[in-house]
Amino acid sequence: MPRGLLTVIASMFVVGTAIGLPVLLFLLGLLKTPEDVLFFVFAEVLLVSALLVVTMRDIIRCGLAMIVCFGALAGIYVIAGAPLVAAAQVLVYIGAISVLILFAIMLTQTKAAPSSLVFQTQAVGAALAAILLAIIVVITVGATGWGAVDQRIHTATDELATLLFNDYVLPFEVVSVLLLAAVIGGVFLAKREEGGPS
Amino acid sequence: MSNSLDAYLILSALLFAIGTFGFLARRNAISMLMSIELMLNGVNLAIVAFGAFIPNLAQDGSVIALMVMAVAAAEATVGLSIVIAIYRNRKTPLVDEYDAMRR
Repeated sequence: MPRGLLTVIASMFVVGTAIGLPVLLFLLGLLKTPEDVLFFVFAEVLLVSALLVVTMRDIIRCGLAMIVCFGALAGIYVIAGAPLVAAAQVLVYIGAISVLILFAIMLTQTKAAPSSLVFQTQAVGAALAAILLAIIVVITVGATGWGAVDQRIHTATDELATLLFNDYVLPFEVVSVLLLAAVIGGVFLAKREEGGPS
Repeated sequence: MSNSLDAYLILSALLFAIGTFGFLARRNAISMLMSIELMLNGVNLAIVAFGAFIPNLAQDGSVIALMVMAVAAAEATVGLSIVIAIYRNRKTPLVDEYDAMRR
């Protein structure tokens, strides 16, 4: 069987599972509303693509999986009732940071890098530490009473703007100065020295 | 599920843990920066979730999340240019070969 056909079948299987599983859970009554189904789809896309980011060999593919991860997170922001944050996520992360990271990958990868070992020797310990961290945080989340309401509070954009330009106007200006400093610093650090190595 | 704070917080905890693993385990400096972005996104998701479910934080959550995003953009810019500057001197993106201060 040709390799392209196998890839097509495998990706159809993955997409079918990703959409079919939450629909099945919905029909079984475990997921109550259509929003639950959407949340489930976005959550599994988010976690699987995040795992691909940290485990794949080819770093360009890691970067592309990271874009998928950011997109799924934007969907979750929409479900959480924060559409402005979702729009900012698409603009800042998918639009700016991903392009920046892909450019940095193009500038720094040598031919030898992808074929050499991807993980440090401490990878097993790192995996254990990460799993332990996840378990501790999940237990803490379950054991804490947050005083949360059972209904999502939708964030209206005009109220958010009023708050941002009244109570938070000083942090807003500080962030703009920080971004200016980061732009100047980035240009200074990445520019070539006169007569230095090319 | 989408109406309970716990689901969002558990999702953000898992994302943060995946980012932690990537940061500790990967050899490539840019992979480590990507893992940091994953961790920042996990924290941002927790902030937005608190804003969406706790009445006292209703609008503040979104504002703080926007601030975190701007700071993350600044961090990515400076971090990546540092990596590019190091790469120009050492000709490798692998962090375990940056051993000038160990020899």
